[in-house]
Amino acid sequence: MTRASMARKYEPRQVPAKKIATSAMIASLAAEGYDTVSAPFGEALVQAARKDDRIVGLSADLSKYTDLHIFAQAMPDRFYQMGMAEQLLMSAAAGMAREGFIPIATTYAVFASRRAYDFIAMAIAEENLPVKIVCALPGLTTGYGPSHQATEDLAIFRGLPNMVLIDPCDACDVAGMVPEMLAHDGPVYARLLRGKVPTVLTRHKPDYKFQLGRAQMIREGRDVLVVSSGIMTMRALDAAERLAADNVDVAVLHVPTIKPLDVSTIVAAAREGGRLVVTAENHTVNGGLGEAVARELMLAGVHVPFRMIGLPDEFLEAGALPTLHDMYGLSVARVADQIKSWL
Amino acid sequence: MSVEAHPGPLQNMSLAMRAWNIRRKALLMGEVQGQGYIGQALGVADMLAVSYFHALDYRADDPEWEGRDRFYLSIGHYAIALYAVLMEAGILPEEELETYGMDDSRMPMSGMASYTPGMEITGGSLGQGLGIAVGAALGLKRKKSPAFVYNLMSDGELGEGSTWEAVMSGVQWQLDNLICIVDFNNQQADGPSRNALAVGAEAPKWAAFGWYAQEVDGNDIEALVAAFDAARALKDPRPRVIICNSTMCKGIDFLEQREMSHFIRVEADEWTKALTVLEEGKPE
Repeated sequence: MTRASMARKYEPRQVPAKKIATSAMIASLAAEGYDTVSAPFGEALVQAARKDDRIVGLSADLSKYTDLHIFAQAMPDRFYQMGMAEQLLMSAAAGMAREGFIPIATTYAVFASRRAYDFIAMAIAEENLPVKIVCALPGLTTGYGPSHQATEDLAIFRGLPNMVLIDPCDACDVAGMVPEMLAHDGPVYARLLRGKVPTVLTRHKPDYKFQLGRAQMIREGRDVLVVSSGIMTMRALDAAERLAADNVDVAVLHVPTIKPLDVSTIVAAAREGGRLVVTAENHTVNGGLGEAVARELMLAGVHVPFRMIGLPDEFLEAGALPTLHDMYGLSVARVADQIKSWL
Repeated sequence: MSVEAHPGPLQNMSLAMRAWNIRRKALLMGEVQGQGYIGQALGVADMLAVSYFHALDYRADDPEWEGRDRFYLSIGHYAIALYAVLMEAGILPEEELETYGMDDSRMPMSGMASYTPGMEITGGSLGQGLGIAVGAALGLKRKKSPAFVYNLMSDGELGEGSTWEAVMSGVQWQLDNLICIVDFNNQQADGPSRNALAVGAEAPKWAAFGWYAQEVDGNDIEALVAAFDAARALKDPRPRVIICNSTMCKGIDFLEQREMSHFIRVEADEWTKALTVLEEGKPE
């Protein structure tokens, strides 16, 4: 189903028997069976800022929707409301970084990557300034439609020198990435999960801790190796449990840092045991984790069966998020089905 | 009105002489490349002379001195002019003049912060300087620094939407430490700026946004000194802009008359001619 045919808008619709509302921007990401943490980004940032006066927060009228309001409430004199002006947001963050501060700039991923790109490239990245760009609604995490679905943000930023890219899976990652990105002396683009964020990774691997630039094996398995980032690690872990019931043994390698990629860990895992390698990302299959992994495996001479799970090269539908995740192959059931179909 | 030069090497030199030296150095650099943004350099020389030898506080031997006034060159292609004034101020060595635009030079054709001492930002992608200046002005206020941030931009940048985001933000944050200088020479790549977007009436426009706006002849040193003094002395909690109406190629009459002067080609023999014309107009 795509919007390729404009004629569809002239087809009358019936009121459905079962009503599912569109999840707009307020809804947290649903993850069945996991505990949640409220605003892990905002809380971790406040903790870090108490220890470092250089940290300031800026937002382009989206502090409440990026959990930066927690920081703004705790430290009002260190919060800068820049208004609905993303080009200014990035330029001003660059200016503050020039003066020795560590600015956190928040907005939605679509606006940072599409609207403010030139400002991020020239004012921030070219000068390697320590601006941390933290953006909500990454990939397909809203049913609001293409205006708010950042399906290609990582592809856009992967081409930008100096930029570190983080795609966190859960509340552990979101809280864990904050001190690490602040300690990194350069620009960072981090995808954000906000609101009530599930705690996933520590349930599967109790000693898990986010490490910048490191991929980590969350689950071992003999038949399939899933290499995943962001919320797709959550999906892959749940799918792996379902597949275990069918005697399919799935390993999940979580890659929360998209750039620089942990090449040695990924290549070593792919070399092991002739498993089917499946990449899974909440992003278009063009220019994201999947293509990055494919390149590294080719360069390393690792020839294994290889498949990609990700969003299609399309502008996506509007609708309820669970419907859309099912439609585009990001739901647990669809991930499990796709893997099974490739065995 | 005093038009004495700011403390620096050769302290007693007049601002007119400084401007003349800037023009001369820019012509010599232009000659090295045989082309370039010489029209802008000749036009902006008086603004730069007043900036660096009357208004700005800096230390030539320590370009990153924390207490300095920041000078942002949003218009990266004006680098030729900034190199000239940085040499005149003793921040760049004059011996490197002939490396302008060459491989491995510290003076690339478009100004970049990582190449050149005294070049604060990487300009060139137009419409970025003022927004960065807003952030720096906010940062200086956080540090309780008395330093000013100067942003030099061109009328072409008035067409960039980001300029107006920064204009509004400067007022929002009451940035009384921000001084924007607009070199209005009415020339952009495809021709007169006034034929491209509805620029003009800039002083009333900026004033309507809440800026303290002055409009002066950008090639009149006395008028520039008065405007810079007023901008610095104002007690109001608002940002300041000086719209400087300037003439491209100012001082070299046969170049001033060229119609398309954004990126001019000057024949080999004309550089000598230009330097001769300049020599004839040397201040007393």
